[in-house]
Amino acid sequence: MHEILQKDLLAPRVTRYRVLAPEVARARRAGQFVIVRPRDDSERIPLTIADGDAETVTLVVQEVGKTTAVMADMEAGESLADVCGPLGEPTRIHQVGTVVVVGGGIGIAPAHPIAQAHKAAGNHVIAILGARSRDLLIMEEEMQRASHETVIMTDDGSYGEKGFVTTALKRLIDDGRQIAEVVAIGPAIMMKMVSQLTRDYGIPTLVSLNTIMIDGTGMCGGCRVTVGNKTRFVCVDGPEFDGHQVDFDLMMRRQAMYSEHERRAYEEYQRTHRCRLDARLEAARS
Amino acid sequence: MSDWRERKLKERLKLPPQPMPEQLPEARVKNQGEVALGLTPEQAIAEAQRCLQCDKAKCIAGCPVGIDIPRFIAAIADGDFGAAAAAVREKNLLPAICGRVCPQEDQCQVVCAVTKALKSVEKSVSIGRLERFVADWERERGAIEIPALPPPTGRRVAVVGSGPAGLTVAGDLIRLGHAVTVFEALHRAGGVLIYGIPEFRLPKEIVQKEVDYLERLGVEFRYNWVVGKTVGLACLLDDGYDAIFLGTGAGLPNFLDVPGENLCGVYSANEYLTRTNLMRAFDYGIADTPLAQSRHVAVVGGGNVAMDGARMARRVGAESVTIVYRRSEKEMPARLEEVHHAKEEGIVFELLQNPTRILGDERGWVTGMEVQRMELGEPDASGRRRPVPIAGSERVLAVDTVIIAVGNQPNPLIAKTTPAIRTTRWGGIVVDPTTQRTSLKGVFAGGDVVLGAATVILAMGEGRRAAQAIHQYLEDEDWTGAPEPAALLEHAVQNA
Repeated sequence: MHEILQKDLLAPRVTRYRVLAPEVARARRAGQFVIVRPRDDSERIPLTIADGDAETVTLVVQEVGKTTAVMADMEAGESLADVCGPLGEPTRIHQVGTVVVVGGGIGIAPAHPIAQAHKAAGNHVIAILGARSRDLLIMEEEMQRASHETVIMTDDGSYGEKGFVTTALKRLIDDGRQIAEVVAIGPAIMMKMVSQLTRDYGIPTLVSLNTIMIDGTGMCGGCRVTVGNKTRFVCVDGPEFDGHQVDFDLMMRRQAMYSEHERRAYEEYQRTHRCRLDARLEAARS
Repeated sequence: MSDWRERKLKERLKLPPQPMPEQLPEARVKNQGEVALGLTPEQAIAEAQRCLQCDKAKCIAGCPVGIDIPRFIAAIADGDFGAAAAAVREKNLLPAICGRVCPQEDQCQVVCAVTKALKSVEKSVSIGRLERFVADWERERGAIEIPALPPPTGRRVAVVGSGPAGLTVAGDLIRLGHAVTVFEALHRAGGVLIYGIPEFRLPKEIVQKEVDYLERLGVEFRYNWVVGKTVGLACLLDDGYDAIFLGTGAGLPNFLDVPGENLCGVYSANEYLTRTNLMRAFDYGIADTPLAQSRHVAVVGGGNVAMDGARMARRVGAESVTIVYRRSEKEMPARLEEVHHAKEEGIVFELLQNPTRILGDERGWVTGMEVQRMELGEPDASGRRRPVPIAGSERVLAVDTVIIAVGNQPNPLIAKTTPAIRTTRWGGIVVDPTTQRTSLKGVFAGGDVVLGAATVILAMGEGRRAAQAIHQYLEDEDWTGAPEPAALLEHAVQNA
C-alpha cells in the first residue's frame, strides 16, 4: 500500500499526489512511469513520474474517467493499492546544446523531470508550455526553475501568448536558434503537430507516449504502436520514441478503443458515488 | 474396502473408467464456473481400484516431479483420502493445480499399464483426476497440514516470479529452513496460473489457497516488484540474498506480423486473458477493466492458450468464435480434452487456414480477417508436416475481434538489464541442465524462461531441481564444477 502524503489541486480536475513509494523513488529516472491501481477493483493505469525524492514519487493526474475520478476522490492519508515501477526506458540525456522541451496540458508534468535532467547535463533548456487557458496551466514555476527560458502559450490567449506550442517552436526555428533536440509531451495531436513541424527542419524529436496498458512489463502488448513501420511496445521499448517515426493516427485510434466503456463507467461513477458523497456532505453540514 | 486388492488383474481391467462429471456445454458458456466438476468420493474409489498396482510402476517416471502414484492411488482405493493427500504432497506442492492442468495423457497416463493393456490412453487410470480429487478433498476440509520446519539456516533466497516454477522453489526451500522472499511484478501471485489459465479451467481461489499455504509456511511475497526495474539483480545479491532463482516465465507474446495487426479489436491472447482472468473484465461493472464487446471472434493458433481464448470469448458473450489454425487438427498442440470441450461449446474450427491480413474500418476497428488455405507438405524441423499456402485461395472471415495465440517468448527484462546472464538467440536463459545454474554466480533459473513456453508441471520439475541445487550451494558455497559455457549453450540449443 502506498500512502498519499500530499494532494494538491493544480487546476480544475488536475491533481498532484506525493505518494510514498521508496523502492520506486530510489530507482526512478527521468522519463519513466509507474502502473497504478488506486483501489483493489480498479484498472491498472500508467502514469508518468513528474518528480520525486528519496521516499516519494510525484504523480500528476487529470480526471478523465472513472479510475482517475476514483483517485481524485482519495485524500492525503489514504493509500493507493498498487504503485508498480519504475517502468519503461529512461530518457537518454546527453550534452547536445539547446534542447526545447514542449509540454502541453498535463504533459507538462512528465516533461518536468526531463527538463531538469537536460539542465543538469549542461544543456540550454527552452521550455514551451501550452494550455487551453490560464487556469489549466500547471507547474509554471517548476518548469521555470528547470529551464533557462520559458514560453507560455494558451489557446484562448488568457495567459502568455495566444496560440499553440507549434507557433512558439516555429518562431524559435525561424529566429535561427540552433536547436539540437526537441522533447514533446502532451496530447497525441500536439505531439503529432510538433513532430510534423520539426521533421521539415530535420530536428531530432522525442515524444513520450501514453497508451493503454495492463502489466507494463511487455506481457500483454496492449500498448503497441507502429514506429517506423515496426510494432513496438510502449511499456518496454518506450515510452519515448522518435516522433518522426510514430504513427500517431493509429495510436490515437487505439487510445480511444474503450472510450464508450470509459464514458459510461465515468457517468455511472458520478451518478452513484459522487451523488452519495454530496448527500453525505450535505447531511453533515445541516 | 481393502478386498479390491484380492481382485484379479483381468477383473480390474474390466472395471469401467469413471466419467468426469461436467457442467453441460449450454450452461457453462454462460458462466465462468469450472467445466469439470470433480469425481465424487465413490467415483474416486472406483477409479482408484482400476489401478493394477504394478511392481515396477512406469507412471512414477512419467511424472516430472516423481509422485509415488501407486501409493496415493492405493490409499484412495482404501478410502484413506488423508493418506493419499499426504503421499501426493511429498512430491507435489500444487496438486490441485496439476490435477487440473497437467497433460497427463502425455506423461503418467500414457505409460500406465492399463493404457498398454487396453491399447488406449483414454482408458488409462485417471491419475490426474484422482490427484485433483485428493487435493480438493484436503483443501475443502481445511485439512492442509503445516509440516514441522527445520530450524532456520540463516540463509536467504530471492525468488523472482511467482508462477509454477517460483512457487515450487519457494515451497521446497522454506521447508529446508531457508528464508524465502518472492518478488512478483503483478499485484497477485501465481503468474500464468492467475493471469493466463481461465477460471473455468483453474479457479483462482485454488491458486490463492496454494499461495496462502506458502505464506503460512513463512514465505514472504512482495508484489509490484519488477526485478530489473524496481531493483536490479546485482542489488539483490548485494542486499544479502545468498542465492536467486529466476522464474520469470515466457510472457512476451508473439504476433503474426501481418498488415492490420495493430487495429482496434486485435488482442494478444495474453492481453485478452489477462483482462478477463487477472483483471476480471468478465465481471465488468464490479471490476473496472473493460473488454471489447465482441460478436464474431477469430482466434489464431492451435494450442491450449488458443482454446482458452476462444472459450473465454464465448463466455463473455461472443455469438461466434472461430479457431483459425494453419495445420490440421492432428498437429494441434492443444490437449485433446481442451479441443473436445471447445467443440462442445460451439467453437468453429477453420483448419489449414493461415491469416494473411486483418481488415479494418475508417475508425480503425477490425471488420474481417483474410485467410489463405494451406496444404501439408514435408515434415519440418518440429517433425510436423509443414503447411504450404495454396495460391489464390484467399477469403475473408467477417469478424470484429482477433485474438492472436501463436506462442510467447521468454520475458527479456532480466536479460536486458543484467548482461552477465547468458541467453540464447531466442532469449531463453542458459542454464546447466542438472543444477539450473546460470552464468552468474548464485543465480539459478527455471521454467518457461529457460524452456520457452512449456507446461506448468515441467516448470515445477525445473523448480524442484533448482531448489535442490540451491540448497546444495547454500550448504557448500561451491560454484565450481559449473559446466563450460559451450556445454551450457549445447543444452540451450537442444531445448530450442
